[in-house]
Amino acid sequence: MFKGKAWKFGNDINTDEIIPARYLNSSDPVELAKHCMEDADPDFPRKISKGDIIIGGKNFGCGSSREHAPISIKAAGISCVIAVSFARIFFRNAFNMGLPIFNCPEAVEDIKEGDEIQVSPETGLIKNLTKGMEYKANPIPEFMRDLLKAGGLMKYVTAQTKKKSERNK
Amino acid sequence: MGMTITEKILAAHAGRDKVYPGELIIADVDIALGNDVTAPIAIKEFEKTGAKKVFDKDKIVLVPDHFTPNKDIASAEHCRILRDFAKKYGITHYFEIGEVGIEHVLLPEQGIVLPGEVVIGADSHTCTYGALGAFSTGVGSTDLAAAMVEGKAWFKVPETIKFVYTGKLKKWVSGKDLILYTIGKIGVDGALYKAMEFTGPALKYVDMAGRFSMANMAIEAGAKNGIFIPDSITEEYVSRRAKKKYTFYDSDSDASYSDVIKINTDGIELQVACPNLPENVKPVSELRDVELDQVVIGSCTNGRIEDFRIAARIMKGQKIAKYLRCIIIPGSQSVYLEALNEGLLEIFIKAGAAVSAPTCGPCLGGHMGILASGEKALATTNRNFVGRMGHPKSKVYLSGPAVAAASAVKGKIVSPEEVLK
Repeated sequence: MFKGKAWKFGNDINTDEIIPARYLNSSDPVELAKHCMEDADPDFPRKISKGDIIIGGKNFGCGSSREHAPISIKAAGISCVIAVSFARIFFRNAFNMGLPIFNCPEAVEDIKEGDEIQVSPETGLIKNLTKGMEYKANPIPEFMRDLLKAGGLMKYVTAQTKKKSERNK
Repeated sequence: MGMTITEKILAAHAGRDKVYPGELIIADVDIALGNDVTAPIAIKEFEKTGAKKVFDKDKIVLVPDHFTPNKDIASAEHCRILRDFAKKYGITHYFEIGEVGIEHVLLPEQGIVLPGEVVIGADSHTCTYGALGAFSTGVGSTDLAAAMVEGKAWFKVPETIKFVYTGKLKKWVSGKDLILYTIGKIGVDGALYKAMEFTGPALKYVDMAGRFSMANMAIEAGAKNGIFIPDSITEEYVSRRAKKKYTFYDSDSDASYSDVIKINTDGIELQVACPNLPENVKPVSELRDVELDQVVIGSCTNGRIEDFRIAARIMKGQKIAKYLRCIIIPGSQSVYLEALNEGLLEIFIKAGAAVSAPTCGPCLGGHMGILASGEKALATTNRNFVGRMGHPKSKVYLSGPAVAAASAVKGKIVSPEEVLK
């Protein structure tokens, strides 16, 4: 269960706003977290608390394939992102990195910045504790749930590699 | 029901007769690409799996092109990770400074990516190779790491939007103008998760350089891939470069599309995307008095010899406007050498432009031309997001090489006719 305060952003929030390229000479999550969302809101990393939730509009995460974007969001302490829609590569990277994301236009429209939000990853049910409202996010496709269950793409691949090498022994 | 070119390539690589949009498949990968920003993360993940070798040393490509020649110590450390990995695993296609180019200019030019292939790259502009009739898409570092181990990647088969271009092209109008116009029409998420299939009789007037520009920017409409049906123009380009077999696929006449968008090119003028999204497109004639501090001609979108020939035709005998910095970045060492041999570099240098070694550099605000607060640049690159080329309060406009060259001379955004009249 994820629980935290909502931070609202607009449409087409791109990877240059999430983590500007001037910081891509590092891949250290702690360093990247310090600059999370900097070009959309320079004070963001200092305002948020652990567990808080980003609310985005349409096409969240468009632009570059940099995995530094979901890494910086996750390392900053954000528990999940709810948006109207996600850009394709960001969607893929978020699952591969283990950052939960939910499509829910209805929640995005209704949630105001500062609302207390609770999200169940199992059911996709989003509760607005401030307003006493509930919204239903699209369930995560089964294939993606398998990846998450394995603990992300690399853990899945590592398990496959180990299986193979044991078979060859 | 027939299949689109994208479906056919994916089916062939998934060992299937047929695939359907929405289906999740695992496909063999012909080329897996990483650069100095994304490959270090992939390499760390690769090492964690305990894999003893890469799936195929000839099919992994490492291109240190973003922050090179190394812009600072941190970048130098990243590049060393690529170099050490390439040495350790005997990676065939590792490119050191002196032979490196911008990845999406370099790979087609070297015949490393070919028609009919499945290519993934930890770089969003990997969709460029669709110009050759390949299925090619950007992924993250983790996907790249998994592919380096297994030679496979998972995909959701995309629905396809068919774009049909008819008509003639106006003078100076290039592939860049067609794709900017198209993104202006459908928006930055107009093709989200989908394949953009570029077709129609007008495309016979678009050379390979222009086709690379178009496929390159499919991602700017949110697409998974952009793809051309290979033809004689493709064959002419590829046959001189390929060192292995390749396959031309075509879409079936009864293939199914989520949408068909017809675009008449007769009325399309030179296009400019205004800040801060590539969809904010206007014809150059509608822009008045946008004064510029910098012009950049280069990048994976427009860093090919054809682009520099256009720029040189306009800049010949001219001078860059006072207080404007014009930076010319050939996309590869061969482009650099060709531009030198054809006398293009002399034209640029005499005009007062700076010529750089191949690098992504300023396109993503890395180095080699960063903007100060409040400055405006026009670039032949692909993104004009907030802070893309430097300070968050700087602005980037996007165009093809003709408008960029003319604007560098005039100091504001203008059409080539303003210089050549």
